[in-house]
Amino acid sequence: MTTSVSSDDTVISEELRSFIDLESNAVTYEIERHAVERFTCAIGDPNPLYTNKDFAESSSYGGLIAPPTFFRSLLPGDYPRPYPEPFAHILDGGSKYRYNEPVRVGDQITIVRKITDLFEKHGRMGTMLFKISEISYTNQEGRLVATQTTTTITYGTGEKDSGVGDH
Amino acid sequence: MFEDVNVGDELPELVKHPDNRQLVMYAGASQDFVAIHYDLNVAKEAGHPNVIIHGALKSAWLGELVTGWIGPEGRLLELDVSYRAIDFPGDTATCVGKVIDARIEDGVGLVEIEIGLRNPEGAISTPGRALVSLPTHSAT
Repeated sequence: MTTSVSSDDTVISEELRSFIDLESNAVTYEIERHAVERFTCAIGDPNPLYTNKDFAESSSYGGLIAPPTFFRSLLPGDYPRPYPEPFAHILDGGSKYRYNEPVRVGDQITIVRKITDLFEKHGRMGTMLFKISEISYTNQEGRLVATQTTTTITYGTGEKDSGVGDH
Repeated sequence: MFEDVNVGDELPELVKHPDNRQLVMYAGASQDFVAIHYDLNVAKEAGHPNVIIHGALKSAWLGELVTGWIGPEGRLLELDVSYRAIDFPGDTATCVGKVIDARIEDGVGLVEIEIGLRNPEGAISTPGRALVSLPTHSAT
């Protein structure tokens, strides 16, 4: 376990560093119509491409699609071994999405996540660990439909936030 | 159409009025159960006056801003969002966008848009950018 960290110490242990480029266990989700409806209702996006079958079928898409950030509801699998998160609190720093083609209702989307970089900064909240992860989304035809690159910041000690490690 | 777009054009603003109910709905729909988004005690312990809006919900609104503007014939190719500052339910969140580049590459009309979420103080808490393609007259 990590102990308290002084400014000339690093939280990025050899063990933590060994997670760079390690792929998470692949998980496959079916893109289910009602999950898309629930998500679009939650974000408040009235676009009929996501929920109106007749409209979507007569559009250039030819059928219902998922909204661009629907990927947030598809959680990646675990890493082959437990990720040794040194901190208790989590902040989402941002996302970069690249879209090759739309995700359609009925698609089978396979997700793999890997950490591409780890670095730390020292600020008013003490040491903060920045984790850059790339998540790939591949459809049932084997085509990479999109990627999401995320920046996750963790910091602080104490009781771990519920949800730390999910995103 | 691509030909109708000019650098400097502003997208119609998209105004959101998030409340706690929407944050709970988003937590359930996205499976993001980090407690700072729904448990006031946890948010206060972290030094915030209220629960905070999920960054990813703000990116969903910015996605809506862009996809609503391009319509069903356009395609969203890239969406980048940075959560620079925190936003709270109860505050009005205004999504804004401005065209910063328009070019044709390999016969495809590409438009780059600077986007952001503006808080009630007028600051951009959540800047970003998007790249979209739009149909061209020559392709029709």
